[in-house]
Amino acid sequence: MISYDTLTLIWFLLLGILICGYAILDGFDLGVGILHLFVARDDTQRRLVMNSIGPLWDGNEVWLVTFGGALFAAFPVAYATVFSSFYEAFHLLLLCLIGRAVSLEFRSKVYSPRWRKLWDFSFFLSSLTAALLLGVAAGNILRGMQLGPNHHYEGSLLSQLHWYPLLVGGLTVTLFALHGAIYLYLKTEADLQSQVRRLIMPLFYCFAGLYVIVTALTWQQAPHALDSLQQFPWLWVVPVLNVLAVMNIPRAMHLGRPGYAFFTSTMVIVAFACLFSVAIFPNLMRSTIDPAYSITLETARSSKLCLEIMLAFAVIGMPCVISYTVVVYWIFHGKVKLDASSY
Amino acid sequence: MDVELLSRLQFAGTIMFHYLFPPLSIGLGLQLFLCELAYNRTKEPAWEAAARFWTRVFAVNFGMGVATGIVMEFEFGTNWAAYSRFVGDVFGSALAAEGIFAFFLESGFLAVLVFGWDRVSPKMHLFSTAMVFLGSVFSAVWIVVANSWQQTPAGYHIVWHDVQGQREPRAEVTDFWQMVFNPSSVDRLTHTLLGALVLGAFFVASVSAYYLYSNRHHDVARRCLRISLPSSLLLTLLAALSGHDSAQKLVHTQPAKLAAMEAHFHSDDGPTGLYLFGWPDSENQTVHGGVQVPRLLSAMVYGDLHTPVPGLDQIPPENRPPVWLPFQTFHLMVGIGTALIGIAAIGCWYWWRGTLAQKRWLLWLLMLSPVLAMTANQAGWITAEVGRQPWIVHPSVQDGVAMMGLRTSEGLSESVTAQQVLSSIIMFGVIYSLLFAVWIYVLNAKIKHGPESVEELREHKRQHHESLLEKISHSSKSHGGSLLEDEK
Repeated sequence: MISYDTLTLIWFLLLGILICGYAILDGFDLGVGILHLFVARDDTQRRLVMNSIGPLWDGNEVWLVTFGGALFAAFPVAYATVFSSFYEAFHLLLLCLIGRAVSLEFRSKVYSPRWRKLWDFSFFLSSLTAALLLGVAAGNILRGMQLGPNHHYEGSLLSQLHWYPLLVGGLTVTLFALHGAIYLYLKTEADLQSQVRRLIMPLFYCFAGLYVIVTALTWQQAPHALDSLQQFPWLWVVPVLNVLAVMNIPRAMHLGRPGYAFFTSTMVIVAFACLFSVAIFPNLMRSTIDPAYSITLETARSSKLCLEIMLAFAVIGMPCVISYTVVVYWIFHGKVKLDASSY
Repeated sequence: MDVELLSRLQFAGTIMFHYLFPPLSIGLGLQLFLCELAYNRTKEPAWEAAARFWTRVFAVNFGMGVATGIVMEFEFGTNWAAYSRFVGDVFGSALAAEGIFAFFLESGFLAVLVFGWDRVSPKMHLFSTAMVFLGSVFSAVWIVVANSWQQTPAGYHIVWHDVQGQREPRAEVTDFWQMVFNPSSVDRLTHTLLGALVLGAFFVASVSAYYLYSNRHHDVARRCLRISLPSSLLLTLLAALSGHDSAQKLVHTQPAKLAAMEAHFHSDDGPTGLYLFGWPDSENQTVHGGVQVPRLLSAMVYGDLHTPVPGLDQIPPENRPPVWLPFQTFHLMVGIGTALIGIAAIGCWYWWRGTLAQKRWLLWLLMLSPVLAMTANQAGWITAEVGRQPWIVHPSVQDGVAMMGLRTSEGLSESVTAQQVLSSIIMFGVIYSLLFAVWIYVLNAKIKHGPESVEELREHKRQHHESLLEKISHSSKSHGGSLLEDEK
């Protein structure tokens, strides 16, 4: 039998995989949403851009929903505190996710330039804000939050809008935009593709600049993030790989291998997710008021039986999930084309 | 206003809005599957036109369901943190199961269902439709299991955790299958699913009736009626049976809710009557202007004419649910259900006689029927949820040991203020009103446009083949050269 502590660790890992899956998959469609106003010149191009993610965005978002459910079940105390602390931010995030879904769904259903312009803008704005908010939330968790006794959050929206989390938010936006641009490059052809191509390097420089700044500031703003690295020196492999992966993006694009570039930007996201998990471990939410108030894996976890049941779900469910994700991506592989069922 | 009332209003409002969509998705999923099955069997283009049309309607509705559904999952944490800590072990695992087993299945195959008409074979498409339908049913299974557990908890115990010196109770699972098959989950699931399937059947019947009424798309409309009318009759009858069954069990599991639904304030020794309608008044413990059928409640609940049904006076005052709302919504649901059986039966009769298209009044009734079915679904939900107050998790007895429940007032987030909740209610209010308007507008446009004619379908297929041929010849010409060109 697996011990309670190992189970806890497995669930920490599985949650990491779920959020990583979400960032990789929804990352590119959020990125496409952020970019679409700047790459598409006419209605056909805009529809091509939207349909490049048309069949996929909904499944991608399920990773976030499942992450939420799994966090609820595996670490209910953390779920309760994180979600109630980020009250305004998460309600705004919901608004953005709704905005994205309906913009895609309704945009092309009515033929009127004003109608379409409206939904185009709402798609852009909600994608941008969603990426920003996800980054701001990650930045706050990384930095630690004003957690008082009995999981009572004593901060406010204003304290969450500190400059450091905002910078992490900016980094997330540029990363997703870059990831989305490479994806779009893969899915498009001709003029549209060259319009996308022109954006990739500027996006990369923005991202790389923010990457350097945020990394440097993390040493100052969240010094505890290095604790685990000091404890397990082999973990240094992760930041090293991260840097290599970041540098490999322009190289792969230059070599004319966009698929490889997309794989690389995926690896950058994986590395970020690993770094984030390593940085917060063994806390799920660190208190800046008193370390005793922090929510750790141990204080937040469910009963052993619950974790075991859920592990059984994961073992049965995940292979199915991965197999039909692969089937669906396979069916819709190749350059995007408009047909009768397109948006 | 206090945080509790606001949070309840917020949850009720957002979930009722959400609940407009999933039942229709489930119900429409079945009808769509049947249309496609007929197409696969007969290969008739009219069936294909029907299936493609319902796919478009389905997609709009499904998108709305996804967009509004994620709100619910967030709200447990944002507004009901204490509740989330209490139930996470049990409720959370059902919610996670919904994600892993249901959402991935439906969202994955939805892509093929909506965008795959020209990419996969009709068989593969039929399979995808079946998977989306199955996924939506699984989704209902897990969420209804989670909800039922709150109403009639089983398979758990209460563990007291030490949190920085304070002791906090949490419900933890002891027997997973007992938790899943708690006393009300099978009944509730059956009734909820049937309610959804009924809505889908009437929705299809309604749009088809509209086409007959306005003398368009005859071919498709008649085919769809052939599926939706008999299924609506069968499903409404089954729903009535399952509702009756649920009510019979309620007297044992949640007697307070049953008493509230029937405004049964005072227990006595003799048989209990049933109000057909009335205006319950909790303050004075009476029903104004009520018309009661003697002995009927005893007959319905126990199957005899003498056994008294326990009234609200047997429940301590602090544990009594509100009466007016569950009474009215329950009666509304039953009334509508009965009316729908009637509409379905008359519809089937004239269909069989072959004179349905001439009965304008009946076509009107059919056109209005989905609104009725939707109202019944909502009313049933209100009955179930308001009727279990003041509990968010009902107390229970497990193996002879009394287990504490959790009151709704004890489930709130400690750090959330009334102002925060109020501003989120306003935000959702504005957005949801807009969404509702847009949804109705787009749905209306889709229905007005209607299915493609057989000629349009043929033309569309011809174009698709041409573009495929063009693609093949294009890729063989520029084979391997495309990337180099871009680098210039």
